[in-house]
Amino acid sequence: MEFLTTFVNGLSLGGIYAMIALGYTMVYGIAKMLNFAHGDIIMVGGYTVHTVLPFLAILLSGVYNPTVAIISSIIAIIAAMVFCMMLGIVVEKVAYKPLRGASPLAVLITAIGVSYLLQSLAQMIFGSAPKHVNIKALDFGILKIGGLAIGYNTIITLVCSILVMIALSLFVKFSKTGRAMVAVSEDKGAAQLMGINVNRIIMITFAIGSALAALASVFFLLKAPTMTPTFGSLPGIKAFTAAVIGGIGSIPGAMIGGILLGVIECFAQAVPAISPYTDAIEFSILIILLLVKPSGLLGKMRREKV
Amino acid sequence: MAEIKKIYAEDGREIVLKADHLCIQFGGLKAVDNVNLEIKKGELYGLIGPNGAGKTTVFNLLTGVYKPTLGRFYLCGEDLTGKAPAEMNKKGIARTFQNIRLFNNLTVIENVMVGLANQIPCNLVQSVLRLPRHRKSEKEYYERALELLKVFKLDEYKDYLAANLPYGKQRKLEIARAMATNPKLLLLDEPAAGMNPNETQELMDVISFIRKEFDITILLIEHDMRLVGGICEKLTVLNFGTELAVGETSEVLNNPEVIKAYIGE
Repeated sequence: MEFLTTFVNGLSLGGIYAMIALGYTMVYGIAKMLNFAHGDIIMVGGYTVHTVLPFLAILLSGVYNPTVAIISSIIAIIAAMVFCMMLGIVVEKVAYKPLRGASPLAVLITAIGVSYLLQSLAQMIFGSAPKHVNIKALDFGILKIGGLAIGYNTIITLVCSILVMIALSLFVKFSKTGRAMVAVSEDKGAAQLMGINVNRIIMITFAIGSALAALASVFFLLKAPTMTPTFGSLPGIKAFTAAVIGGIGSIPGAMIGGILLGVIECFAQAVPAISPYTDAIEFSILIILLLVKPSGLLGKMRREKV
Repeated sequence: MAEIKKIYAEDGREIVLKADHLCIQFGGLKAVDNVNLEIKKGELYGLIGPNGAGKTTVFNLLTGVYKPTLGRFYLCGEDLTGKAPAEMNKKGIARTFQNIRLFNNLTVIENVMVGLANQIPCNLVQSVLRLPRHRKSEKEYYERALELLKVFKLDEYKDYLAANLPYGKQRKLEIARAMATNPKLLLLDEPAAGMNPNETQELMDVISFIRKEFDITILLIEHDMRLVGGICEKLTVLNFGTELAVGETSEVLNNPEVIKAYIGE
């Protein structure tokens, strides 16, 4: 029973990692850059919820009841997604777009710069002390079936992340913009010559990735309701690891990598003897996998023609 | 919006592409030096020359991949010099590539659907929310793409990944994808490269067919003299980036200068 509980928790955590990993992998696939500021978008999403929730509570204080509370939480989540979406677009326009065609190293260091900028801004605005961001209305308690005890939030997280992944896959496969994304990721030059506005596709990619990061932050807050300016770093790095394990640039790869990493993390934490080494185990798996399969699980090997 | 003034040849036919004194310099190298083109509507125009003569560079200038150092060019009278590649395509210039550049992770029909992207209106919000408008436009994409594939006799391969098509069919698919963008001028970069004689013959038939069917103007780079002599009406011969000869195909191919550049003395 404990095995099953851990497994479901792992799937749920993996779903969150997958959502963040999707942002990394899509941006890499389409703009051919590693957006290391992606993790900090998660943090911005958390602080947006933190800011919007009390505001809504005051606004709706006259009619406050549990249903209104749930609705206002959902509004806060949507607000966070929209805000992060806009932030993602602004960051891309201001920091990355001028560097199109510059060396990958310049873009990489800029991304790291943006990451620190966002962290410092958050620290200036909200201070470095941890903030308690409790989305109380969305805490539905624990589901007990026999010996199985799983938080409803875990299930909600799992279901939502699966829905998001299905929706994204459908979007990429069955829409004009989705096909254009695949085309751009494969051959930017040829795509342009077919009339595709590459800048627009890159913008949309950043917008989608950032919205998913904001959603991920909400699910993290449901697990542990604390927010600090550096909150996004570790999940960001782990999701990046997940994207690389799955094969960076591959959308199904990011999903599989994320879920794999989440399950491994939960099982490692469940065994007292190895739980202090959870992070080390996760990153070791990355190193071992890259030794065996350098392109990741679903990544494509690029063979140089001789 | 710049003024569009249609240009007509002496015989009254519209000139689709007019290039004046196109030059591009990479460092000290003049890759293309003072090239002029005048292609009439419906014409099949050949651009030939030895390796390194600057033929593909001319294509890259006309599609906005490079910006000319000097000179201008006009599509149906509209000055397109210096526009970005996506913009060139929207204005009506489409091309294929010397080394095939299909979208290998998309299926055959999806490749054509990418080409159709600017032809059928449907915005992002509609597709994210999967509104009826999205479904309708998706259906329309699919049907128009299928129609085009039928013209190129590729419809039975529609669900293959582009990478898995045989070589000759990949070349045809590239032309189909370019045609999907509804161009006024189609640029074909060595369409017969690497094809066997049968495939070349088939390609010539396809080219003649689309000329009739779509009323399109074609500029073609080619090494296969049989193909050039067989279908091109006029030729420009480039050598070291400059024009060596211009004129009717039969005339140009018998020009001693041209023979010298190609075969040596």
